[in-house]
Amino acid sequence: MTDPRGRTWLVLGASSSIARAFARLVAEEGASVLLAGRDRDDLARSAADLTARHGAAADVLNFDARDRASIARLVEHCRSAVPSGALDVFVAFGSMPEQAAMAADPALAAATIETNLTGAVELLLSLAPLLEAGKRGHVVVLGSVAGDRGRLKNYVYGAAKAGLATFTAGLRNRLFRSGVLVTTIKPGFIDTAMTWGLPGLFLVASPEAAARASLTAALKGKEVVYVPRFWALIMLIIRLIPERIFKKLSI
Amino acid sequence: MVLGGWGRAPLAAVDAFRPERIGELREALVKTVATGLLARGGGRSYGDQALNSGGHVLLTERLDRVLAFDPATGLLVAEPGLTFRDLLRLFLPRGWQAPVSPGTGFATLGGAVANDVHGKNHDRSGSFGDHVAWLDLLLADGSQRRVSPEQDAKLFDATIGGMGLTGIITALAVRLMAVPSNAVDVAAHRLGDLDRFMAALSEARARAFYSVGWIDALARGRRLGRGILETAEPAPQGVSAAARNPRRVPVDFPSLALNRLSVRLFNEAYYRRVPEAGRTRREPVEQFLYPLDGLLDWNRIYGKRGFHQFQCVIPGAEAPRGIAALLEAVSRAGAASFLAVLKTLGGEGRGLLSFPLRGFTLALDLPRRAGTAELFARLEHITLDHGGRIYLAKDALLSPDGFARMYPKLGEFRGVLEMVDPHGRFTSDMARRLLVKPPHAPQLDRAA
Repeated sequence: MTDPRGRTWLVLGASSSIARAFARLVAEEGASVLLAGRDRDDLARSAADLTARHGAAADVLNFDARDRASIARLVEHCRSAVPSGALDVFVAFGSMPEQAAMAADPALAAATIETNLTGAVELLLSLAPLLEAGKRGHVVVLGSVAGDRGRLKNYVYGAAKAGLATFTAGLRNRLFRSGVLVTTIKPGFIDTAMTWGLPGLFLVASPEAAARASLTAALKGKEVVYVPRFWALIMLIIRLIPERIFKKLSI
Repeated sequence: MVLGGWGRAPLAAVDAFRPERIGELREALVKTVATGLLARGGGRSYGDQALNSGGHVLLTERLDRVLAFDPATGLLVAEPGLTFRDLLRLFLPRGWQAPVSPGTGFATLGGAVANDVHGKNHDRSGSFGDHVAWLDLLLADGSQRRVSPEQDAKLFDATIGGMGLTGIITALAVRLMAVPSNAVDVAAHRLGDLDRFMAALSEARARAFYSVGWIDALARGRRLGRGILETAEPAPQGVSAAARNPRRVPVDFPSLALNRLSVRLFNEAYYRRVPEAGRTRREPVEQFLYPLDGLLDWNRIYGKRGFHQFQCVIPGAEAPRGIAALLEAVSRAGAASFLAVLKTLGGEGRGLLSFPLRGFTLALDLPRRAGTAELFARLEHITLDHGGRIYLAKDALLSPDGFARMYPKLGEFRGVLEMVDPHGRFTSDMARRLLVKPPHAPQLDRAA
């Protein structure tokens, strides 16, 4: 476990409700925060919120997972703002268009994979040397239960998150050698803008609860955690269904 | 989704947006050109004020960021969805609190503006709008405007207490009040009848920082208006802030649970809780300001059919007769009302539709059942007879004619709406019921 004071949390995709709740938690614990995302005006309001609520140092960075130049600039900024590498990272960006829309427009599917997977890979590989130099800290990556199985309703997004989970596992292996702990969070249904208004959701968790569970898991050095926890059981059952039966289901 | 006010009557089918970023507000405005839109805060107003049947509401709960705080002046800038509870928990440890607070911490700052809420310190501190330095408003045409008592004062005054009909608040600045501790010293006394109660309130308003009376609304005859008067002062020293573990009402109570006998027993017990000689104690300010927040979903006690709250103010000299007449009407109808609240109000708010007048305000719950509408009509009549006014934040039953007579600045309010929202983009069930919009506005033009 790492004392958050004197450290900086880089929160990517910081406009999402889980990321926002997460940033409030680490700011309350005394960390500095870098909020990265596309909506700069919105991030500025969130940064002000962290300062006014918790007296935290909070800064805003432009970041677009599909813009390679923005990734390079972000990494450069982190190197100069946190040269010691006393940096923790929360990867919370992503997009989830409707499967039908992606089926109709394969370019949208490619863009979804670019946002959720390619961008995260490029970013984390670029940051890795800095994190290794810091010798300790945490990387938390928001995956999804959708990545556990290719389902009729959500297989492009699921594929991106599956790729992200595999990449994150490898990164965990690499960074562990330098004392940096990598945690994969697999949220089930969380009450976010992404799920707002979708039919058929059950046992929906609040973003605050999901953020707290994510931070707790990271600080304990957990590897893969379902949030809320009972999703581990649900996904175990879903993974156990043989493919020849699963292909007939439409869950 | 189906939404109601805190009284759970009426209910309305609405489509809801729940923006997390300010940028989404403009999108919501564009998407609802045909159906109309209304911002909704904590859902703690009681009636149909934050409903928009067949149209859209915009839930502000995720827009709860604190944007700035200046410890030199106490000026707080925040988004409209910030709740009083969060504000208190964040700023009370630093020695600041909201200058005016409604009776629940689950209300939002945006809602406090839209209702120009008052608290237990109205004589001292006025209503919420008196402490607002400025508002950022998103208007019907998509433009953004900062309004204040100095700048665009007419629109500012229409927005204070304006029930969300002028636009959507994207940020507001409010001057917090410095306090010496997290506690208040509360003195409680029994008062045996209405005359004594009102005399004690009149005396307390000049002396005490906070004052509030709880009346046994079932007591009749000699005991009419008996109850408990609480006065309080900010305490010089605090109390250890043990977090309250709120309990929740898990089910809707069956309608039989609430009858004259059970309510009478409750009210009797509440009255006797305070010893005859009175008592004083120091308690956390959160508990004093928000006594019912420790019981989540308490509105379920009134069962599935819900309830109405009646709150009016009767000005000055008319108050003793008016309040007595109201209490007698309620008691005679045998409406099983728990404790009623009786307080003084210090003067008018600056909003064109602000509720307060200098006088006495009475609030009581009426379980919704056969005869409630008739009783409410009688109460409206008595209120009008005594020059009083009914509080829109609580209302679901006031008549349009009564509304127009109680709120003499309605014409001015309509004039502002004609300027900023000529097509009636912002609307609500209450606005339609009370015919708030100018009679010739398009959505009410039935003759065409």
